[in-house]
Amino acid sequence: MTEPNESFEPKIVAFVCNWCTYTGADLAGTSRLQMAPNVRVVRLPCTGRIDPLFVIKAFERGADGVIVSGCHPADCHYTAGNYHARRRFAIFRDVLSFMGVDTGRITFSWVSASEGGKWRDVVNETTERVRQLGPFIDYQALSFASAAMPKGAELPS
Amino acid sequence: MSRIGVFVCHCGENIGRTVDCADVAQSLGELPGVVHAADYKYMCSDPGQQLVKQAIADKQLDGVVVAACSPRMHEKTFRRACSNQGMNPYLCEMANIREHCSWIHEDRTKATEKAIALGRAIIEKVKRNQPLQPIRIPIERRALVIGGGIAGIQAALDIADGGGEVVLVEREPSIGGHMSQLSETFPTLDCSQCILTPRMVEAYQHPRIKLMAYSEVDAVSGYIGNFNVKIRHKARSVDDTKCNGCGECQKVCPNKKIPSEFEQGLGRRTAIYVPFPQAVPNIPVIDRQNCALFKGRAKGLKKQACGKCAEVCGRQAVNFDQQDSFTSVKVGAIVVATGYQLYSIAQKQAHELLQGYGEYGYGTIPDVIDGLQFERLASASGPTGGKILRPSDGKEPKKIVFLSCIGSRDPAKGISYCSKICCMYVAKHTMLYRHKVHDGQAFVFYMDIRAAGKGYDEFARRAIEEEGAIYLRGRVSKLERASDVVKVYGTDTLSGENIVIDADLVVLATAMRPQPGIESLAQKLSVSYDAHGFINEAHPKLRPVETNTAGIFVAGACQAPRDIPDSVSMASGAATKVLGLFSNLELEREPTVAVVDEAGCAGCFHCERVCPYGAVEHKDIRDRKGTLIRVVANVNKGVCQGCGTCQATCPSKKVELQGFTDEQIYAAISAL
Repeated sequence: MTEPNESFEPKIVAFVCNWCTYTGADLAGTSRLQMAPNVRVVRLPCTGRIDPLFVIKAFERGADGVIVSGCHPADCHYTAGNYHARRRFAIFRDVLSFMGVDTGRITFSWVSASEGGKWRDVVNETTERVRQLGPFIDYQALSFASAAMPKGAELPS
Repeated sequence: MSRIGVFVCHCGENIGRTVDCADVAQSLGELPGVVHAADYKYMCSDPGQQLVKQAIADKQLDGVVVAACSPRMHEKTFRRACSNQGMNPYLCEMANIREHCSWIHEDRTKATEKAIALGRAIIEKVKRNQPLQPIRIPIERRALVIGGGIAGIQAALDIADGGGEVVLVEREPSIGGHMSQLSETFPTLDCSQCILTPRMVEAYQHPRIKLMAYSEVDAVSGYIGNFNVKIRHKARSVDDTKCNGCGECQKVCPNKKIPSEFEQGLGRRTAIYVPFPQAVPNIPVIDRQNCALFKGRAKGLKKQACGKCAEVCGRQAVNFDQQDSFTSVKVGAIVVATGYQLYSIAQKQAHELLQGYGEYGYGTIPDVIDGLQFERLASASGPTGGKILRPSDGKEPKKIVFLSCIGSRDPAKGISYCSKICCMYVAKHTMLYRHKVHDGQAFVFYMDIRAAGKGYDEFARRAIEEEGAIYLRGRVSKLERASDVVKVYGTDTLSGENIVIDADLVVLATAMRPQPGIESLAQKLSVSYDAHGFINEAHPKLRPVETNTAGIFVAGACQAPRDIPDSVSMASGAATKVLGLFSNLELEREPTVAVVDEAGCAGCFHCERVCPYGAVEHKDIRDRKGTLIRVVANVNKGVCQGCGTCQATCPSKKVELQGFTDEQIYAAISAL
C-alpha cells in the first residue's frame, strides 16, 4: 500500500443511469457547479444494466475508484432496475472486501435528475476519499500472483 | 477496420473556453479506426451538420462521434443528420464534453485531458455499434385523464373535440375541483361556478368522454400507445344507473351534522349527500364512516340501524351492499391533472418535510381561517348564503386582516417556493369583502405583491386605490384570541412601526401543495416528482407539459402552483401533445431493446423474473417434426423498455441490450 500522495490524481469511473444521475450531472453542468475533474461518466439506460464485472473491468484498466449512481428507490424510470442494482452491490461489496479491496474505493449513491448539487458532492467526496487511499495497484498484484502459480501447485496452508 | 468521423464542437465559448478543442480533435484523430477529425464552432448549426454529412459522403464513414453538449440535447439532431445522409442513425453517438467537462472544470489542461478520455470512450463504443431499425407498434387512440378539476376537464374536452376517446377519472364524488368552491375569480370577478359548470356538463355529456367520478387509478402497466389501466370505482352505495338526482334521500337523512368537505368545514352535510347542488354527476354518495346504518354494521348489530334513504327512494337506487368495482381500460396516453390542496398549517403535520405554524392559531382560534374557507363564506351558495360572517358567533366582521405568504417562501419550515396565486386572491378577497360589507376595513400584511398576469397588476392596484384596502408591508408574529377579537401582532416596515390590530376575522393565505396521495400515484405511473411532491416536467423551459415517461403528460397545479388561466393553457397544451401522438398511424419505438441469442439461451428465465415490464416470453424451439427440443427466452419488442436488467442478470450473457452491449461498454471502459 503506497502512502497517500497529495499530488496523486485518482482516476474514477462512474456508471450512471440516463434518467436520473446522468440528467442530474447535466444539471450540475448547466448550473456551472465546479467539481473535481477525476470522474469519467459512462452512460447506461439504468443501474439495473450494471454488471459487477464492469466494476472489475474498470479496476483492471487502471481506475482507482468507481461510482455507481442511479434513481432513488421507488423512482426508477424502469420501476425496478435500481433495486436489482442495490441488491447486486450489497453482495458484490462483500465479495470485493473479502478479496482485500478497500470498499472505500466504491461509492453507491442515489442522485435524482434535480440533484445537481448532490452529484457535485458525490464527485468531490469520492475523489478526496480515493485520493487518500492512493493508487489502486492491488489488481495488478492479484493477477500477477495468480499467474505466477504453476499448474498443480498446492495452495499454501 | 472502422471508419469513424469525430467532430469536436467549441459551442462558442461554452466548450472552447476551458477545453482546447483543436487539440482534442487532433488527439482523437490519431486513434486507430478514426479516419476524419475536425473541430468547429457550432456543430448543431446547419453548417455544422453539413460538415458531418459531407464527411460521411467523402470518407465513407461507418460511425460518427460528436464531442459536444449532452446527448440529451442533440443526439436526435445529429442522428437525423446522419440518417438524411444515408447512414444508420444508431451509428452516431455523442461524447458529453460540455455539461460533464467544460462547464464544471476551470483547469484547461485537466479539462482537455478529460475531454479526450471521454471522446476515446465513445469512439471505442461506436466502433462496436450495430445499425438498428426502429420498431413499429399500434397506438390505442384513447387517453386517460386523471383529475376532474378545471385542468382535467379542459384536457378531456380538447382531446375529445380532436377526435380522441377520453376516460376522465376523478376521486371525489363530483368533478369541478377547487374551482367549484371559489366565489369569484380574479382578475375579472367572474362567478366561478358560472364559467365552470357549463364545462362540467359538456364533459359529462360529450360522446367521446367517459366520466368515472368517485373512482381512482388502481394500477397502471404498459407503455406509450399501449397502457393498461385498472380503475377502482368506489362504492357510492347508490346505483348510478337508477338514480335520477331527485334529492329526496338527502332530505330524510337523520344525520345532518357532518362537517362538509366542500364547505371546508364551515357548513354541514348529511351522510347521504351530493357535495354541492351543481355537482356532476348529480348522484349522491353515502359517507359510510358517518352513516348510522354502516356504523351499526361495523358494530355487528343484527337490526338495520337506519334505512330512511332507501325507503324514500322512488327508483330503489340505494344499495347498501354495493362494493367497490373495477374496470380495465387500454389507453395510449395519460394526462395527470390532480391539482392542489392548501397547506393546513395547524401544529401537527402529516408530511415529514413540513412544520406547522402554531403561532397563528389555525385550528384553535375559530376566527382564523384560510383562503378556501373565505371563498365559501363569500359564495352565494355557501354556508352563510354569501354573507361574510365570523365562524365563532356569526356576526359580521368590521375588520378583517389578511396574511400573505403563510407557509410559502419559508425554506426553514419546509416550503421554499412562492405559491403564485395568493397575492391575487387576497386582493380579490379584500374587494369581495368591501362589496359585501361597505363599512368594513381590510388590512393586508404582505412581503411583496406578485401580480404578473394580464390585468393582474391593475386588479391589485384597484384593491388598494379604489376599494380602500390597507396594505402593510411586514409580517405578523402572532395571532392571539382576546375576548371576542383576534389580536394581530404585526409590523409595518415602511413606517418602521409595530402594529397591533384587533381583528374580527383573520384570513391566512396558505401555501399550495400537491394533493395527498400524489407520490403513490406518481410511483404507479413511474413519473418522477420533486421533494414537495410536484410532478416533474420533462424540461422546465421547453417541455412543460410532458414528463420523462413517454406517453404521460401533466397539466395544472399538480406540476407547480398555478392559477386558472395558466392551468387551462397547460391542459390544452397537454391535449395537443396527446392528439399529436394519436395522429400517427403507428408509433415508432427506439430499437434499443433487449434481444435473446436463442442458440445460447439455456432457458433459465432469470431474465423473466427481473424484467419490470414482463417483456420476456417463452419460445418453443422445435425440430422439423415438431418435437420440442427446448424452451428459450424471447423478448417482446413492443413491451421491452430497454433497461438492461435482464442482461446484467443473465448468467451466460445471451440476452443483449441493443446499443448497450457488453462489448460496447467494456470497450468504452477500457478507453477511459
